[in-house]
Amino acid sequence: MTTTSPAPAAPRAAQEEPLLRLTDVRKYFPVGSSRLWERDRAVVHAVDGVSLTVARGETLGLVGETGCGKSTLARCIARLYDLTSGEVWFDGQDISRLSRRRMRPVRRDVQMIFQDPYGSLNPHRRVGSIIGDPFAIHGIESRRSRRQAAQELMERVGLNPEHYNRFPAEFSGGQRQRIGLARALALRPKLIVCDEPVSALDVSIQAQIINLLADLQQEFGLTYVFISHDLSVVRHVSDRIAVMYLGKIVELAPTDELFELTRHPYTRSLLSALPAPDPDTADSRERIVLAGDVPNPTRPPSGCRFHPRCPKAHLDCAASEPPLLPVLGDGAEHPTACFYPLEPGEDLSLAVSEFAPAAERPRGGTGDTP
Amino acid sequence: MALLEVSELEVSFTTSDGVVQAVRGLSFDVDEGRTLAIVGESGSGKSVATQTITGLTRGATVRGTALFRGRDLLAASPSELRRVRGAEIGMIFQDPLSSLHPYYRVGWQIAEMLRAHDRSFSRSKARARAVELLDMVGIPAADTRVDDYPHQFSGGMRQRVMIAMAMALNPALLIADEPTTALDVTVQAQVLNVMRRLQQDFGTAIILITHDLGVVAEMSDEVVVMYAGRAMERAPRRELFYEHHHPYTEGLLASLPEQGGTRERLTPIPGAPPSLIRLPPGCPFAPRCPYAWDTCRHDPPPPLAEVFGDPHHRSACWLSGDREVRRQQRETVRGDLQEPA
Repeated sequence: MTTTSPAPAAPRAAQEEPLLRLTDVRKYFPVGSSRLWERDRAVVHAVDGVSLTVARGETLGLVGETGCGKSTLARCIARLYDLTSGEVWFDGQDISRLSRRRMRPVRRDVQMIFQDPYGSLNPHRRVGSIIGDPFAIHGIESRRSRRQAAQELMERVGLNPEHYNRFPAEFSGGQRQRIGLARALALRPKLIVCDEPVSALDVSIQAQIINLLADLQQEFGLTYVFISHDLSVVRHVSDRIAVMYLGKIVELAPTDELFELTRHPYTRSLLSALPAPDPDTADSRERIVLAGDVPNPTRPPSGCRFHPRCPKAHLDCAASEPPLLPVLGDGAEHPTACFYPLEPGEDLSLAVSEFAPAAERPRGGTGDTP
Repeated sequence: MALLEVSELEVSFTTSDGVVQAVRGLSFDVDEGRTLAIVGESGSGKSVATQTITGLTRGATVRGTALFRGRDLLAASPSELRRVRGAEIGMIFQDPLSSLHPYYRVGWQIAEMLRAHDRSFSRSKARARAVELLDMVGIPAADTRVDDYPHQFSGGMRQRVMIAMAMALNPALLIADEPTTALDVTVQAQVLNVMRRLQQDFGTAIILITHDLGVVAEMSDEVVVMYAGRAMERAPRRELFYEHHHPYTEGLLASLPEQGGTRERLTPIPGAPPSLIRLPPGCPFAPRCPYAWDTCRHDPPPPLAEVFGDPHHRSACWLSGDREVRRQQRETVRGDLQEPA
């Protein structure tokens, strides 16, 4: 909140207007009990100045650990939360301040699917009505044709249309995720925000849903914002990936480039922590084990928020916040928020943070300057 | 002799819908200082099996034997089991928050556990040992954190506390049931490191129950793949990943996104696992198996037969145990699967 980083150079005029554009989006949540309300209330900086664009037909992956703000950002995009500040532009329109009523037509175009296929479906309602509800709410289709439309959707997502009258409890996790998808598809949206859509599913079922998402994207020309903590899944589905840490994007790049030309030490640490389902890779690769946990988002660290855990932090990393800009000659499509980005081939496991206790450092230096 | 030798374990539960056959004829063993991974999807019986061995399944019908240091745990009395649990077999679970009592200080809980097993431990000695244990699992400032409550720890730190508690009496076997599933990858890496280090220092055997094949590749020496209550394949780690025999293992590995990150279609296993109340008569995987023929649908395959001429590699499948024949079949099936895109 103290420093406003310059908005990253959006490739604005480069192509047609993107479907979705976020400008310096912030979402803060007050925490603590109301009895203390006279004192300064603590505030969680869940999303703290995120700017990005999503092109039509593209899949943008959002990765990060618990508490990095990726789900909050998703809910800001779908306007399930009001923003603290910043703008969300969807299809050429600023939707960040629209009233409930004015928002309604936009809701048809922006849909969301959730992680928990058990918690996101009303257990007391039949599957057919769950899928048909969007038609009713938006006043389209007669009651009779609603049933037909719902059954067509069920068939399209791989459910048996004869199960129209069943309850969610009668379906498995994978099938429930299909129900969620059918509901999201009902109004032919342009954008679907997928918040950890396969994280609760077993691997064999996970692959079914990922394939289905890919097919639907092609068939309906959908745009996805795909959120997951599982890098291998995000890598598989995304055209571009944004890595978040404590409410901010630390690196954003086309998928292959993010993996091959990783710039941010946090991105590299995430990649190296991901267990590879391959013994040869598991045995041979560089393993960077970050110290500590993600810090408390009510009091994020000064400067670069990653500096207390960064294997190659310098003293000045704590002083000011690195802007999200292309580094080391990268193109505009690959910005990184780091003062000391990784060179190709740089071995991060040998790096020593200047904040590490003196004993661990090769040569003595000044102590910690918090 | 192996540290733990489980044979022909059967566990079933009687419910109002019918009898749930959670584990059906499972056999495996674990040697000292080794890590056995048990992988499987939800409902495969991987957790029920180990919980039964330690006497934590109530109301189940259990058959078979589980010899731990020569003693059958399934025939042991509750008080005998109580002595074994904690002292000789440590356990950690997926959700550390629900395994710790929210009202008591973490150090007190560890100390109490020590004193429950050994009354000669004085309060102060037990507390000192708790600090030592918290330090051992990498909790910073252990001498002050020992007086914190569980909610004051993060998920990764809580799991370390659980590991500290499980390792308190230096057990010969640690059963870790999805120990890192609820954790972020960077924290998972820390916790796995702690487990690796403790195993090296104390020679603890580990049974690691997980659905994550990445964790299996990182941690295990041997792997048992379970499906619908049965062991489908059992092999040393490398053989399982590179020379698997069972079609279910093949299907699991094929459904993972490729490491190279191509955006080609994934190869899921079609369908869903069978109900454990109404199991198919033959091989439980037959309805989803691309290799299945009539025999598979009618006769259950023999449990874990030797394949590829390797006594350590076993598979419960009617398919040929000849490496070359199996390889050719795989190529034919892979061709068929890729045809209709």
